Amino acid sequence: MSEPLLEVRDLTVHFPTQDGLVKAVDGVSFTVGRRETLGVVGESGSGKSVTFLTVMGLITRKHARISGEIIFQGEDLLKLGDDGLRAIRGAKIAMIFQDPLTALNPVHKVGKQITEALHAHREVSQDDAWAVAVDLLRRVGIPRPEERAHQYPHEFSGGMRQRAMIAMALVLRPDILIADEPTTALDVTVQAQILELIDGLKEEFETAVVMVTHDLGVVAEYADEVQVMYAGKIVESGTLQHIYYGSLHPYTWGLMQSISRLDEDVDRLRPIKGSPPSLIDVPSGCAFYPRCPYRFEPCDKEIPRLVEEEMGHLDACYLPLEEKKRVFASEVATKA
Amino acid sequence: MTLQAGERPPQPAPSTRTPLMKLVAATKHFPITRGVILQKRVGTVHAVDSVDLEVYPGETVGLVGETGSGKSTTARLITKLLDVTEGQVIFDGQDITHLSRRKMRPLRRDIQMIFQDPYASLNPRKTVGSIIGEPMRIHKTVPRDGIKKEVQQLMERVGLNPEHYNRYPHEFSGGQRQRVGVARALALRPRLIVADEPVSALDVSVQAQVLNLLEDLQEEFNLTYVFIAHDLSVVKHMSDRVAVMYLGQIVETAPSETLYKDPKHPYTGALLSAVPLPDPRLVLQRRRIILEGDVPSPIDPPSGCRFHPRCPRTIEVAEREGLGRVHPRCRDEEPELRPFLPGQVAACHFPLEERVIPAADGS
Repeated sequence: MSEPLLEVRDLTVHFPTQDGLVKAVDGVSFTVGRRETLGVVGESGSGKSVTFLTVMGLITRKHARISGEIIFQGEDLLKLGDDGLRAIRGAKIAMIFQDPLTALNPVHKVGKQITEALHAHREVSQDDAWAVAVDLLRRVGIPRPEERAHQYPHEFSGGMRQRAMIAMALVLRPDILIADEPTTALDVTVQAQILELIDGLKEEFETAVVMVTHDLGVVAEYADEVQVMYAGKIVESGTLQHIYYGSLHPYTWGLMQSISRLDEDVDRLRPIKGSPPSLIDVPSGCAFYPRCPYRFEPCDKEIPRLVEEEMGHLDACYLPLEEKKRVFASEVATKA
Repeated sequence: MTLQAGERPPQPAPSTRTPLMKLVAATKHFPITRGVILQKRVGTVHAVDSVDLEVYPGETVGLVGETGSGKSTTARLITKLLDVTEGQVIFDGQDITHLSRRKMRPLRRDIQMIFQDPYASLNPRKTVGSIIGEPMRIHKTVPRDGIKKEVQQLMERVGLNPEHYNRYPHEFSGGQRQRVGVARALALRPRLIVADEPVSALDVSVQAQVLNLLEDLQEEFNLTYVFIAHDLSVVKHMSDRVAVMYLGQIVETAPSETLYKDPKHPYTGALLSAVPLPDPRLVLQRRRIILEGDVPSPIDPPSGCRFHPRCPRTIEVAEREGLGRVHPRCRDEEPELRPFLPGQVAACHFPLEERVIPAADGS
């Protein structure tokens, strides 16, 4: 892999609240390579969104206790002031969100919202900026973009709004596009359109993509690398091959066994028992151990470290590697 | 053939049994009015148009479709939360289309509903005990002093701690709240449960818990389900038969297996091909049909086949025959549901010929 574009080292984001300290992200390290698609999988409360909102500079020290480093193009984003951050946020790292209706401003025309970022970062004339906006709307597949640019978000359908938001994110040709559950609110046929669009634009704009999702299917279709998060930590990361055909962490196994699948017939789903822990009161030791069917002696005492078990394949679990391979082959892998 | 654990025994052919619930040409139109005092009707939303559906005792019928397909309206027609504009609703051989509220009341026991959002469908000011017990109080199915015991038994059965009888909904997680919704639906020992997106608001690992629970309860209480979801994998897992809806109409019905292996309607094919497969190797084999555009407005549905403006198949056939981009038959003639494989009907002039989802074993 070439030199990483983004490197996050030991990132911790804790929110002080009345009920206690919410450890939303707790010691997370990873890299994103140039033009790579990183899939980030986890359930609600896993810390996946908070991690990337912090990378994006949308959660700052005003909101939370943050430690660690976020290195982007040689600079630690956590050490930059507001001005420094402003030069990067939106311009070099852009983000799209789950619900485009709340992410778009209802009282401004779609075209104007796209040009806003251009005016903030570049010296451009109104007309040139408008032309860029119309061109982008066309490239994200919006029919009649000249007319559409003059409309308001409520005049767009859900899929069209998500397209408009993507256009807005791409206007300054960012190096990284972070997509936080970009298709969760959309119908499955529209989801397919949007995911294909992001994948195509990634090539065209030479952007790295971070796809934050709860859907193992979306990751399998579009990611190169995968990281699985649970209770504020990365519990496993590796290539698609590693995760789908040789995953090593009991939580990843649990996720795979819980989903209904179109391509297989399973008489009975095998859910993970219990529910994710409260982030105020994370269990000591491995956060997953209360729900883990394979737990043993050390699991509740000390937090397992994320270690490289195979080339590029990391996981955080005390089970011996041979045992994990055996369990995966006999109980998780469903195909010969 | 020996039955494996958990597998359902083979059902007799549907035609030899009487359906528990039946919609006959059920239609629901909502008027669009303008003006405050003198309301003038300016249009009609064709939410459900002439839907025939039969649900047999003990089976699970899945309803799938996108936003605006009419699946939730259909659920509300079945449960009589909405009245049909035209057509009939028949339950257990009785025509209940025009029953008064009072006459409908005893039947409400037999038909219950589970809703999507366990945050919105439970009254936040009531304890879960009184939420689950309320149907028993209203219908007087259990003597007043026996309600608590009955509710606690139900709570235990759906996997809730009976000691949490006096807790409020906000003290429960999403999965537990949905269990409360399930217990409430079971309180009157219904025969038919209509579940409208019962797991879509839940995390993946918790979804599976609730789906397994619904399956167990079906066996234990002899329940019939109408299961509505936009997640095709979940519907396939739960259902014996699946009906696919598009713009207020059923475009295809088939046994689950058949529908996924051999869809006939191009819309079914497109839906199936759009589902992300959690297997990178299968992804490479899959032929994806990307539909253009969004679902058209149900105020003014397209002529002929309602799917024709988005249909990839009509383009294929029309171009092959040198007739342009839309086949005239699709544009002008409304296709009727006609039989294909056993138990399968689809409404299409030019049905699909190949499977869409590659088989896991490569066959």
